[in-house]
Amino acid sequence: MHVPGRDPEVILARIREEEAKASQGKLKIFFGAAAGVGKTYAMLVEAHERRRAGVGVVAGVVETHGRPETAALLDGLETLPLREMEYRGAVLREFDLDRALARKPGLLLLDELAHTNAPGSRHTKRWQDIEELLASGIDVYTTLNVQHVESLWDAVAEITGVLVRETVPDSIIDRADEIEIVDLPPDDLLQRLKEGKVYVAPQIERSLENFFRKGNLIALRELALRRTAERVDAQMESYRRLHEADRVHPAGGRLMVCIGNPETAPRLVRAARRMAASLKVPWTAMYVERLGKARESPQEREYLSDVLLFAEELGADTAVLSGLRISDEVLAYARENNVSRIVIGKPSRARWKEILFGSLASSLVRESGDVDVFVLHGEAGESRAKPRAAPAEPMARPDYVRSLVTIAVCTGVAWLMHRHFAPANLIMVYLLGVMLVAVRFGRGPAVMASVVSVAAFDFFFVPPHLTFAVGDTEYLITFGVMLSAALVISTMAARLREQARAARERERRTAALYKLSRVLADSKNVEDILKAAINAVENVFLARAVVLLPDATGRVRIRAGDASLLGTGDHDHGVAQWVFDRGEPAGLGTQTLPAAQALHVPLRGSRGPTGVLGIRPASIRFLLRPDQFRLLETFASQTALAVERAELAAQAEGARIQIEAEHLRTTLLSSVSHDLRTPLAAITGAASSLLEPRGTLTQETRRELVESIADEAGRMNRLVSNLLDMSRLESGALRLSKEWQSVEEVIGAALERLRPRLQGRQVDVKLPTGLGLVPLDEVLIEQAIYNLIENAIKYTPPGTPIEIRAEAREKEIAIEIQDRGPGLPPGEEQRVFEKFYRAREANRPDGIGLGLTIARGIVEAHGGSMTAANREGGGASFRFTLPLEGEPPRIEPEAAAAEATRPET
Amino acid sequence: MSQASADDRGSSSPAAPDKPSVPALVLVIEDETQILRFLRASLTSHGYRFVEAATGEEGLRQAATRSPDVVVLDLGLPDMDGLEVTRRLREWSTVPIVVLSARGQERDKVAALDLGADDYVTKPFGIGEFLARLRVALRRGASPGGNVEQGVIEVGGLSIDFTRRRILRDGAEVRLTPIEYKLLVALARHPGRVLTHETLLRQVWGPGYTQQKHYLRVYMAQLRHKLERDPARPRYLLNEPGVGYRLRED
Repeated sequence: MHVPGRDPEVILARIREEEAKASQGKLKIFFGAAAGVGKTYAMLVEAHERRRAGVGVVAGVVETHGRPETAALLDGLETLPLREMEYRGAVLREFDLDRALARKPGLLLLDELAHTNAPGSRHTKRWQDIEELLASGIDVYTTLNVQHVESLWDAVAEITGVLVRETVPDSIIDRADEIEIVDLPPDDLLQRLKEGKVYVAPQIERSLENFFRKGNLIALRELALRRTAERVDAQMESYRRLHEADRVHPAGGRLMVCIGNPETAPRLVRAARRMAASLKVPWTAMYVERLGKARESPQEREYLSDVLLFAEELGADTAVLSGLRISDEVLAYARENNVSRIVIGKPSRARWKEILFGSLASSLVRESGDVDVFVLHGEAGESRAKPRAAPAEPMARPDYVRSLVTIAVCTGVAWLMHRHFAPANLIMVYLLGVMLVAVRFGRGPAVMASVVSVAAFDFFFVPPHLTFAVGDTEYLITFGVMLSAALVISTMAARLREQARAARERERRTAALYKLSRVLADSKNVEDILKAAINAVENVFLARAVVLLPDATGRVRIRAGDASLLGTGDHDHGVAQWVFDRGEPAGLGTQTLPAAQALHVPLRGSRGPTGVLGIRPASIRFLLRPDQFRLLETFASQTALAVERAELAAQAEGARIQIEAEHLRTTLLSSVSHDLRTPLAAITGAASSLLEPRGTLTQETRRELVESIADEAGRMNRLVSNLLDMSRLESGALRLSKEWQSVEEVIGAALERLRPRLQGRQVDVKLPTGLGLVPLDEVLIEQAIYNLIENAIKYTPPGTPIEIRAEAREKEIAIEIQDRGPGLPPGEEQRVFEKFYRAREANRPDGIGLGLTIARGIVEAHGGSMTAANREGGGASFRFTLPLEGEPPRIEPEAAAAEATRPET
Repeated sequence: MSQASADDRGSSSPAAPDKPSVPALVLVIEDETQILRFLRASLTSHGYRFVEAATGEEGLRQAATRSPDVVVLDLGLPDMDGLEVTRRLREWSTVPIVVLSARGQERDKVAALDLGADDYVTKPFGIGEFLARLRVALRRGASPGGNVEQGVIEVGGLSIDFTRRRILRDGAEVRLTPIEYKLLVALARHPGRVLTHETLLRQVWGPGYTQQKHYLRVYMAQLRHKLERDPARPRYLLNEPGVGYRLRED
């Protein structure tokens, strides 16, 4: 039999967790039931003990509230100066996080964990400052009253009737390494209160008597002790898990809370957290959008999204589903996600409705099978985060008017029919009208149309006509059936419409994602990718966006998008930098640096953040809905991966170019050494022969030697010129100075320079008349043409003709240099442009095979192209094009008849 | 000016412009000893007197003390920029200057010409080309304002009669517009010498037109089509890419 041992996975995970914690600072919370129990005092006493033990203790913020015995304890402790900030004319003094991080003490004292920072600080809350301090390895002591604990907030409010605004998420309490409960019996506390030894926050002062009632204090004390006990229990549990993993029977499964009623949602979420904590299971908060018949107004839906965010803060996973029957969706999700317990609120519907339509609770209980369903009472009275008074949804008046018109038209049609058809058929006409209205304008207008059509039917077609009176009571049944049928039809049709809308919305998201991934896949470089991503983000989220990427020093800079989005100051750049360094979202709408102009989301790639996406949406609340935000994060990660891919590709390309350059250098060296040495050898030989004193050279031989020196020197000159041109082209030092030039003139200059070598050749230049000016760099294009003609001279037998042609098209001009030589080796027409290419022939002409490469390089630098081909009837043809860009300059014509030279007299 | 040109390998000494009996004195400012050596040998064998300087400072001193008839100046000197030498020389002297430069330094050539240099020769150069430039420069020294406001110039089959304002190509009358004529005169005033785009634009169109190079291109093309047998392979009106134009003299 298999002996159950400790699960190595569990132990490993535990060890990793410990290791991660080791590099972090330690957090100790001095926890009390109420103000005045002596938390700050206890913290200072212990700080002194640590200081004596050799720890560098620095007081960040310590509130002495003017109590001398507490203030005395500050003696001998280094105190961190506060940061002074201007805010709307007033000077605010606030804890200086950056100074603390820079000072990096061993232990930092930071009173009042629940404190809300002054506007303009990096984080809104002090507990966020503390998280950052811990992450950088600084130990922190802090203090906390039970009334500020998020999950106990409602319980405290119930006990004391006081609403506290500043709360601390339970997660920070759970991550504390130590919690010391500072306890004082209620009687002693009341005594101290009488003696004036308790500082009372101004917001409590009004309800002072209420708050400090003995009964309250006892209840608060119990809460504090219970919360501490819960934590101790959790510690015990995890200790046991590590050391006696085999004996632990984890509750298993997952707890899920479904919210739907805005009134009760926060309470349900808190209750669910408490349940999940005591069961030690992960938990999920979810909301089902009901298709067809939305019970909630858009404002309420938005509020429920806020509640989901709140649940995330409390440690929940969240989900938003949509479906026709809520219970089906909930159960399907529960089965897929190993949910063993479902928490819902008590139904708030009227009893008769419940009997008629059923309730979520009853259908869940009936169909849940092995899943436990907990139904909690959903008492209202949540005042903290009540949805803002939802403005009544503006009535879509045109829709109602159009519905009325539709029914009027139906009445008209029915009027035409009523002499020939039975009344039942007239009803059909109305039903058709109601259905059209439902499909077109939604439920409200359809219900109205149903009622109006019954009334119209009665008025016009039920005797006595043109009154609402009914002669035959049987018609009342007709009306009843007609009304029900119309209502059912309208409900069904409207639901269909809503479903279609939801499907379209989903489709839109999927399509947006698909489109983004396709565009990203098509984008070759980082610039294109960023442009595509910004485009997609701006379209899908109705926002404006920028992307910041790090430079070589790791500072993020705007690489794409509208820079003005981030405002004029440095503030948003600082936020983006923070986001890039931490890999966490921050800025507008978040708890961190909320004063930013934009919401900043990290672009998380496979190797950490590759950049930051800054986004300024039309509605930040809409963007922060979990489903929207998740979509945004998907966009961000897609972009990050694409950027990463492009950067890798650029690196690979760089490496390839380097290898190629290396190869070229080798080729160049061997080629150059050969091609330069040959003429050098000839010159040296000829010169030394001439210098030979005892030689008996004839006059004719001497002359031959001198000519050979001159020829070889000319050859070397050409070689060196080509090498220099090539290196200028390759180093990118080539700067075009384009001017409007005459092609004829440039060709003429090249021919003039080649005149000595064109002896005995027929050069035929045919240019179309009216060839205008072309924008080009005269010196470089002259060189390109020179190289092409020189190539023709080298590779064709002396005496064969060379032809130069040009033709202008709409957008470019083409120039062709043709010869009647042996032509290019078949299949190598394009290879001739490669560096160091030389036709494989027995009598290789001089040169190192750079002339054509240079010519093509020059033409390509102009934005043109060059090709080579064999001609019909023999010979090669080199053709290049130059773009005709821009408006040719205007020239004032001379007076047509003007003549300066005198006609012969 | 075929009737005036001397044979390259002529035996008669080229005379200094102002002193017909004395051979012309050439000051070569150049730091490369091999080039100096070859210029010294060639120039003396062609009957010139020869002075040399290896630095810009020394060149300026020599120019002041020896008053040469023409200065040959390398643009790449060890102690100062050749352009600077040109500028300082022009502050007090109108001696003709021929600049030595490399291909690809078109900007420097234009700068030197605009500073007052007369012409340039591109390295590496043959001695024939060099001596031709030298002769043109010396002639300018003889009649600084241009020597042909009247009389007749003949280049090959082209004949320009300034007094009668008549142009003949291969004996046939050619009619020019006023601008074409002005352009031709500007070039013919210094046959054989390169004139920068800017100089030509200023002389023909006026100081406001020095950047309107397309005017020059268009009218040059018109002129070529009227005067040249094959405008694509001009014999008289030569284009120096990136620098300017010159009228051939031979």
